[in-house]
Amino acid sequence: MTGVEQIAEYVIAGLLVFGGIFAVIGSFGLLKLPQMMQRLHAPTKAATLGVGSALIASMIYFLVFEGKISWHELLITLFLFLTAPITATFIAKAQMHRTLTKDDVPPTGVGTEWATFDPNVTSVDPYLLNDRDPV
Amino acid sequence: MILTYALDFAFLCFGLGLAMNLYRVFVAPGVTDRILALDTMVINVIALIVLYGMRTGSGINFEAALLFAMTGFVSTVAYCKFILRGDIIE
Repeated sequence: MTGVEQIAEYVIAGLLVFGGIFAVIGSFGLLKLPQMMQRLHAPTKAATLGVGSALIASMIYFLVFEGKISWHELLITLFLFLTAPITATFIAKAQMHRTLTKDDVPPTGVGTEWATFDPNVTSVDPYLLNDRDPV
Repeated sequence: MILTYALDFAFLCFGLGLAMNLYRVFVAPGVTDRILALDTMVINVIALIVLYGMRTGSGINFEAALLFAMTGFVSTVAYCKFILRGDIIE
């Protein structure tokens, strides 16, 4: 076993242990934290970091021991890191919709209401709907 | 040698996380907790697929992991959309 492989082995092992611990922390926080909005934080941050760490470990493993660069892991990592905030926002909006009313949240301070509680808000601005390219 | 032990440890950790998420899917105070637990299950299963690919030394599983990530994201968003609006595609 060469020196590079020795170093890579330690790096991969460290990343795997790091990722595993973070995944357990994320899943345990989902069980243990007292409020729903707090429980939202544990899987979306800690578990995503854990799985990203495991994916990078796999990428280094295939680069060093199999001799081929595997871009799939980087794609999956990027995809997960991009979609985790969107998922968290959607779940937070669903939770607000189910449990809170307009009076429970602080004022936004920008002139419009919270979009979740505003009955007048539409998904698309009517101006944009009429703004078509000329045929 | 240390890599084998680290891989075993990672399998154990992600499996434990998956079991905790499964418990949360069945026993939860609200429906949003169940959605969140399902989303976390998808993340943990992706990690397990990738770890299995490392153990067997084959890269054939990564397409499955990528597809699983995409379907997991779309299903979570669709479920939240259904709770918010009572409909998925309006």
